[in-house]
Amino acid sequence: MNYEQLLIELISNDNRYFVMTAENRAAMRGITNQIKNNFIDTGITEQTMIGMAAGLALRGRVPIVHALATFLTMRAFEFIRTDVGIPNLPVKIMGSVAGFLSEANGPTHQAIEDVSIMRGIPNMNVFCPADLQDFNLGIKKVLQHDNPFYIRYLNLPNVVEHSEFEIGKAEVFGNGKDIAILVYGMLFTQAFKVKEILEKKGYSVRLLNLRTLKPIDETEILKTVNECKLIVTIEDHFITGGLYSILAELLLRNKKTTEVLPIALMNKWFKPALLNDVLEYEGFTANKLAIKIENYFEEKNF
Amino acid sequence: MSKKNSEEFAKKIRLKTIEMVYKAKASHVGGALSMVDILAALYSGILKYNPRKPKWNERDRFLLSKGHACTSLYATLALSGFFDVAELDNYAKDGSIFLSHASHKIQGVELSTGSLGHALPVGCGLALAAKRKNEKHRIFILLSDGELDEGSNWEAILFAPKHNLDNLTIIIDYNKIQSLGNVKDVLDLEPLSGKLKAFNWQTIEIDGHNHEQIFNALSTLPKQKGIPTAIIAHTIKGKGVDFMESKLLWHYKSPNDEDFRNAIKQIE
Repeated sequence: MNYEQLLIELISNDNRYFVMTAENRAAMRGITNQIKNNFIDTGITEQTMIGMAAGLALRGRVPIVHALATFLTMRAFEFIRTDVGIPNLPVKIMGSVAGFLSEANGPTHQAIEDVSIMRGIPNMNVFCPADLQDFNLGIKKVLQHDNPFYIRYLNLPNVVEHSEFEIGKAEVFGNGKDIAILVYGMLFTQAFKVKEILEKKGYSVRLLNLRTLKPIDETEILKTVNECKLIVTIEDHFITGGLYSILAELLLRNKKTTEVLPIALMNKWFKPALLNDVLEYEGFTANKLAIKIENYFEEKNF
Repeated sequence: MSKKNSEEFAKKIRLKTIEMVYKAKASHVGGALSMVDILAALYSGILKYNPRKPKWNERDRFLLSKGHACTSLYATLALSGFFDVAELDNYAKDGSIFLSHASHKIQGVELSTGSLGHALPVGCGLALAAKRKNEKHRIFILLSDGELDEGSNWEAILFAPKHNLDNLTIIIDYNKIQSLGNVKDVLDLEPLSGKLKAFNWQTIEIDGHNHEQIFNALSTLPKQKGIPTAIIAHTIKGKGVDFMESKLLWHYKSPNDEDFRNAIKQIE
């Protein structure tokens, strides 16, 4: 099912769903007439759209708001925090072209601090699906949840069949003991290939598709930390405040430490280009990631 | 309720407001007093509400955008029966829900405000929600003049007429003084009426302390079908206490014992 079909199905079954966009119609261009009683394009007004979403939510609606992830999470940040976060309203914030998906748009359009700032809001949850199938498996539960959610929207094809989705539960591939890769969002596809490459070289690898970064699957991560020699975090996000920070907080909270290799954007914006070129240049292709992980593992002499 | 009753009500709100600010050594008395006559009119005959059923679905929604001036709103709500007037003694005390910015945890307060430029966007959402279900209740937003500096208000001001939100009315408490100076010196709004008209709002100007004018403006809404209404209420900061009136000092200053006695004497 594509996203437009999903919205039509949701609205036809439940009139509370209300689709909003700040003139970003990429995800629902073909259906605005079909859902017009439950749709509004507010113009290029991200902050005001979030305020309106709060108003609609106060009247029992479940607004699903759309804009580029950068403008939605940053320009409208205080409105999300104040009008959605304080009263804990079930507004669903659908950020498009987050992380590397902004491709050639340049730093103004790169949402690579979105996870960090959204997860800092009390009551807010964060869903970062790996691909379209993962998105489809999770989205209904996310939309039906009583609290606000930030979603890194994407519609990339899947390279693996995903399992059933549960909020706060990671999807685990393999039970390797040498290397555990923690990943979320579109880089899952690369990470899945990394696992295959490393396994061919004789390493024992497991892969966690985290799905929701808040709530985070603390139980599964602690189990992984206890069982594996090296933990690798991979994310198209600044090093600050994303998965690496989540892991660090989780370990500290549990009075633990372990060997961690963080792979993220180290205090710099990425070079704008088509997606494959971005991955190549920034070192996030499966091959480059695998080499980096292997080298690190060997240096450590576990 | 009649104009006379509304004037009496305003007096009670002023007394309570001064008392709250004095006891808590709080700020923002000037901006709380400038909007009292508007609040008195709204809660004595304009708004549809039921203090025993504050969540009544068909109620009119009133949002105070200038949340820093909440003392007079709290006083108004208490005197309108939403909660016991004695509860106001907790205002700004440790552990109290009566914060120094409007809190939605208080019966009758629709939205937590204090950060400027939020209530009108939220109000547009409320108005849109009502329109889409053909609900007849109305949405009123009371804004300060200083907060019209915030761009989010102007996004919402663009939005509401475009989407025919004639169930939405904004009232601007135009007391001409913001935190640190005169509005015209900090960031001039003039021509304010011309701006709102140019944004396609039905716009009227009134004396925001003249109850007859307030009632006239608020009794027949919308002024034109399909169009939201903006009421520019010309007011005086600190209205009702001569030494506070139009004085920048009383944006933040808290009354001392002598100020308090003098203020009460004047209002009574």
